Amino acid sequence: MAEEKKLFKVTIDNITIEVEPGTSILNAARMIGGDVAPPAMCYYSKLKGSGGKCRTCLVEVAAGSTADPRPMPKLVASCRTNVMDGMVVKNITSERVIDARNGVVEFLLINHPLDCPICDQAGECHLQDLSYEHGKEGTRYEFGRRTFHKHDLGPYIQLHMTRCILCYRCVFTADQLTNKRVHGVLDRGDHSEIATYIEKSLDNDFIGNVIDVCPVGALTDKTFRFKNRVWFLKPVDAHRDCPKCKGHVTLWYRGDEVFRVTARKDQWGEVEDWICNECRFEKKKTSDWVIDGPTNVNRHSVISQGQYLGLKMPTEVMPEVMGGRQPRLLMDIHSVSEVNRKDIDLSKIEGPAHSTDFEKPRPNGQQAIDNNQ
Amino acid sequence: MGRKLLLNKAHVEGILTYEVYRREGGYRSVEKALKTMSPDQVTEEVKKSGLRGRGGAGFPAGMKWSFLAKPEGVPRYLVCNADESEPGTFKDRYLMEFIPHLLIEGLIVSSYALGSNRTYIYIRGEYAWIVDILEQAIAEANQNGWLGKNILGSGFDCQVYVQRGAGAYICGEETALLESLEGKRGNPRIKPPFPAVKGLWDCPTVVNNVETLAAVVPIINDGGEEYAKIGIGKSTGTKLISACGNINKPGVYEIDMTISVEEFLYSDEYCGGIANGKRLKACIPGGSSVPILPANLLLKTAKGETRMMTYESLADGGFATGSMMGSGGFIVLDEDQCVVRNTLTLARFYRHESCGQCSPCREGTGWMEKILKNIEYGKGKKSDIDLLWDIQRKIEGNTICPLGDAAAWPVAAAIRHFRDEFEWHVDNPVESQHRNFGLAHYADPLPVPVTA
Ligand SMILES: Cc1cc2nc3c(=O)[nH]c(=O)nc-3n(C[C@H](O)[C@H](O)[C@H](O)COP(=O)(O)O)c2cc1C
Ligand code: SF4
Ligand code: SF4
Ligand code: FES
Repeated sequence: MAEEKKLFKVTIDNITIEVEPGTSILNAARMIGGDVAPPAMCYYSKLKGSGGKCRTCLVEVAAGSTADPRPMPKLVASCRTNVMDGMVVKNITSERVIDARNGVVEFLLINHPLDCPICDQAGECHLQDLSYEHGKEGTRYEFGRRTFHKHDLGPYIQLHMTRCILCYRCVFTADQLTNKRVHGVLDRGDHSEIATYIEKSLDNDFIGNVIDVCPVGALTDKTFRFKNRVWFLKPVDAHRDCPKCKGHVTLWYRGDEVFRVTARKDQWGEVEDWICNECRFEKKKTSDWVIDGPTNVNRHSVISQGQYLGLKMPTEVMPEVMGGRQPRLLMDIHSVSEVNRKDIDLSKIEGPAHSTDFEKPRPNGQQAIDNNQ
Repeated sequence: MGRKLLLNKAHVEGILTYEVYRREGGYRSVEKALKTMSPDQVTEEVKKSGLRGRGGAGFPAGMKWSFLAKPEGVPRYLVCNADESEPGTFKDRYLMEFIPHLLIEGLIVSSYALGSNRTYIYIRGEYAWIVDILEQAIAEANQNGWLGKNILGSGFDCQVYVQRGAGAYICGEETALLESLEGKRGNPRIKPPFPAVKGLWDCPTVVNNVETLAAVVPIINDGGEEYAKIGIGKSTGTKLISACGNINKPGVYEIDMTISVEEFLYSDEYCGGIANGKRLKACIPGGSSVPILPANLLLKTAKGETRMMTYESLADGGFATGSMMGSGGFIVLDEDQCVVRNTLTLARFYRHESCGQCSPCREGTGWMEKILKNIEYGKGKKSDIDLLWDIQRKIEGNTICPLGDAAAWPVAAAIRHFRDEFEWHVDNPVESQHRNFGLAHYADPLPVPVTA
């Protein structure tokens, strides 16, 4: 008889799943999916050593294992704590977790500039998503927000230190992907900052990936800066034969112009395959690429407002977590909103979507006033 | 007079030199250990002694040693934590400055027990002159055959190196210390793995405080059981206390853990009472991270018992009415001191020393400092006090390393015991700028709960 590999049974928010030994609580929760998966701002499965820092993924361990069922006294970082057989974990079913997570989100926001209206990351920012889910409408912070001296990182990458949450992902990326890391965290505490020390030097090959791993708008693509809002762009998967990387990318179109190139991301917002600087910064013509089709947009996304073909909805776990009860829908935005019309399919509109595309015909032939003109 | 095991010879003329130290009986423990004991027997003696870590957490040293992983062919390291940067704590400095050979002797015996052939002393950068003292002692130990190859013909090789820090409190946290020692940024590591399994250069490592390792000398000389006879309960042996603040005789004292806080504070052998005829208001008994206590809870526990200078007694009542032995930094505040100002000073320290890795500590410490500053300078609101409480609560327990807790506890304890002083600042924004709240009721005897 072949020896069977023993799997660990772990229960997260009343849902039990079997996973390989060595799986982290976070990854086990991701296998269940939906709201049971804790938010992760610093952990990145493809970056060795990442995680443990932001503390948004804290969970309660109600029972350590079958062998030792004592609860763990402190909340633990689910991204850096491995499951044990018979472990019982509480994420969204734990008051303590919700309370602590709200605290972490508040901490992350007190010094954040909240300059989303002029931030290129808006629309694909994990901090936006996190605040939307856990943040409060007001702030209890009554002091000036932190500022930094500006550093110029060179022609490709724009740094806005005020938006950085010090997740260290970009540091791991530079360490593990490029031939030499030339940036890092200088200073300490609330005055620590990402910097190169030597100006204008962030140009090693593959360094462009720091843009994709940065969960916020601290590191953005200089070649795309201020060119467009991401939700006006249409993401399309494409590939090319690249001698340096796999060449699997997402092209971001407006009309038939490629505005930017990024790596393809999975449902957790993580890069699937790293891409080289050439694919990212130099290949911005449709003729450089073989088109694979529209990108599956999911989860983190106002981009999905456009209801692109092939949209994947996140798994709905709420009824299961709530013991069979259905969550109560307080308002169906589509039924009251003037702009979000369900019947309009953005992937069928030529070029970028415009407010006129959403206009309902007016009763008395009145013209809508277009403020842009 | 209490018994002294560490500092009894510290003031012998010339004890800094090898000749005098040796003449006074120094290095006997190395002879005893290397010639007559196995490494495991040394560890066993340390276990028997009940010695608890003197760096702050009070973890039993012998137990820590026995957790050290011993895989074949992998080097093991002993690292001595001489980073001593906690406000109010300056005992290790005294020991290293006056009787450096004691530490070197303790290191050799401990290295033998743990199988560390390369042992490091990580010392805070500001102790620059002590580096010279230690290196001189190490050189003398080498010249006299106590370090180097095949020490005393035992086959055991050992060398001790001194590494200076660059001015960061966080590098006293053991895993940040190891990072710094490896030449990296001093960020605490995420545990597990613990240093006993993966420490310095990923090898099994023990990190101990200076005083802990020095105490191994009398333990080996007299035997663990003899050592354990001193003290009360699980507080065995002697402890160095650095006393400072408004007292007549600030300084470093070695106490055997059998005296009361009152005796330590008022007797002429130790602190000699409050300076300038003032009255005692409050005390932080174990270094800046531990909870502050008002006078009435310092001298007596909530149960009305005499509070002793022991790990258990100082912690009696938990955080509600007790504090901690911590690293032995005894900070005394007289009736003229302002608890709000004191708390602000500590909050500033922790904000400045946070490594900034994790969000609650990086952001929360600065927020607390700003609010405390407002209150102290007459710009506070009543709601600020509750806000402070909520912030410290959300930091505590949710961070990578205990610095987050250490930043939260002093704020929590100050609000817990001195809330009316905070409120007075808020209610009297003008008056509080030129007068202190004073002693108020903080020294009044507390009602003792009647036990049936
Ligand atoms: C922020 C922080 C600072 C610390 N600083 C010191 C220090 O300066 N000296 C020290 O011995 N231990 C310090 N510690 C405790 C160490 O992490 C560790 O527990 C200690 O060195 C273990 O030695 P011991 O068991 O002999 O006490 C610090 C801990 C923290 C969290
Ligand atoms: S710049 Fe972005 S990726 Fe780098 S540490 Fe800051 S938030 Fe993280
Ligand atoms: S608690 Fe503070 S000092 Fe410790 S790792 Fe987190 S940020 Fe750094
Ligand atoms: S994702 Fe786990 S601590 Fe940041």
